[in-house]
Amino acid sequence: MTETTVHIGGSLWHRLYNWKVFPVSVIVLAIIVIWYAGAVYMNSSRLIDNYERSKTDWTWEQLVEDSWSMERPILPAPDQIVVELNKTVFQKKITSKRSLVYHAWVTLSSTLLGFVFGTVLGVVLAVGIVHVQTLDRSLMPWIIASQTIPILAIAPMIIVVLGHLGLTGLVPKSIISMYLCFFPITIGMVKGLRSPGVLQLDLMKTYSATASETFWKLRIPASIPFLFASLKVAIAISLVGAIVAELPTGAVQGLGARLLAGSYYGQTIQIWSALVVASLLGMMLVWIVSLSETVVLRKMGVQPS
Amino acid sequence: MSEAGIKPVIAIEKLNLIFETADAPVHALADVDLNINSGDFVSFIGPSGCGKTTLMRVIADLEKPTDGSISVNGMSPEEARLKRAYGYVFQAPALYPWRTVEKNIMLPLEIMNLSKDQQRARASKNLSLVNLEGFEKKFPWQLSGGMQQRVSIARALAVEPDLLLMDEPFGALDEITRDHLNEQLLKLWDQTKKTVIFVTHSIPEAVFLSSKIVVMSPRPGKIIDVIDSDLPRDRTLDIRESPEFLEISHRVREGLRSGHSYDD
Repeated sequence: MTETTVHIGGSLWHRLYNWKVFPVSVIVLAIIVIWYAGAVYMNSSRLIDNYERSKTDWTWEQLVEDSWSMERPILPAPDQIVVELNKTVFQKKITSKRSLVYHAWVTLSSTLLGFVFGTVLGVVLAVGIVHVQTLDRSLMPWIIASQTIPILAIAPMIIVVLGHLGLTGLVPKSIISMYLCFFPITIGMVKGLRSPGVLQLDLMKTYSATASETFWKLRIPASIPFLFASLKVAIAISLVGAIVAELPTGAVQGLGARLLAGSYYGQTIQIWSALVVASLLGMMLVWIVSLSETVVLRKMGVQPS
Repeated sequence: MSEAGIKPVIAIEKLNLIFETADAPVHALADVDLNINSGDFVSFIGPSGCGKTTLMRVIADLEKPTDGSISVNGMSPEEARLKRAYGYVFQAPALYPWRTVEKNIMLPLEIMNLSKDQQRARASKNLSLVNLEGFEKKFPWQLSGGMQQRVSIARALAVEPDLLLMDEPFGALDEITRDHLNEQLLKLWDQTKKTVIFVTHSIPEAVFLSSKIVVMSPRPGKIIDVIDSDLPRDRTLDIRESPEFLEISHRVREGLRSGHSYDD
């Protein structure tokens, strides 16, 4: 008994090692190599210009070394970004304006608030669309139209209008997040609330259940898997919305502000580290939603695949 | 057909149902007359499209007749439905996958606002009626098809209706499971003294189960024969070899043949 367990465990590790760890690390390694090569390729022409202007002799070796250690490179080398990340994430106090943790927190808070707003709005719209036929006909075209407008075009207007109404700071930013992320929730929830089959609905009718009983005991539980699929999309674009919202407002806080400041001053290393933090943040948020999906669906007795 | 003094549970007179479809109206039920008495086990048998399921859905108030009269327990079908006068077993188990077996059976009881204790008591009582005690905490996907259908029967029984409507409940199951469930169903009928209406297209199933067999034919859906079976109430599968059984089967088959047009 024990022997077989060990054997299975061993072969599992073996498979994991063979089929997952190895290819993943090869690809990561390849990306890093390409990145370093790319840094040389992108940065070298400026370096060569500089060498010729100052009439210094240069070797290829020196060129490669210099292109990986410029202060404002076109493409920074990965180790430069790591150094910058270490400096701004771990070496600064998190309350400091130079700490990326601080800026990430600013963006995260408006992401989460926008996500909550968007989820509530998305679900409310879906419930209305499913239950009221006129809403289905009248609302859906507007909802779709709203998503065809580029967010960069409408974001400044939202900020200005809300500013006039006395709303500044966190709320306008989260409204832009909401504007982006309610859409997948509405679409997913409409599909989810309509997912019960004829038999499941007829069953409720034979119990002479009211519309609200059918809603809470059938439509809502049936929609939960659809909701989670939507939430995963929504949390990611909510983060995008929060970052985009920081760009046109001249915000001084948040990852978007770091991106903007970086591009004003040609601080590419700063831009790249903000991007890395933003993508790590996005991965973490999606992971948290996936984790809660697993927990909730397991509680709802979904057959493990 | 009904004996004097007994008020029928279901009385149907001159019932017609016409579905308006995109191309042409479909005459699903034509001039149906039928009385069903308390304690009867009635099977509707006929080829597909003969309106047997539709007739049962009219009784359950899931379809509205175009004209004619129908009463269920002396009320209109809608009143009967609102009073939860019947339990309905569908072709598929239609269990809610996010509810355990016990919670599925408790679903109608929640809607009826019974106390939690009553709900649980009824769930366990009806689960043992269908021989599924011990499966309370399982989810539907952990059960076989036959077990799922038994849960759905327990769910229909938990409402404690006098009338049980069953729409080809064993149609999707293999023959061995079906035979077994038919025997169980007969025992259940004998124990609970309920009125059962059972839709099927299997002649042996109809003859084995029923005290009254309603033979139907399609286009338009109508009743062509009503056979009162005098087989004993407690029967076993062996009865299918007896001459009486074969005789009734023969009459059902004759009825189906006469009503069936072979022009298509």
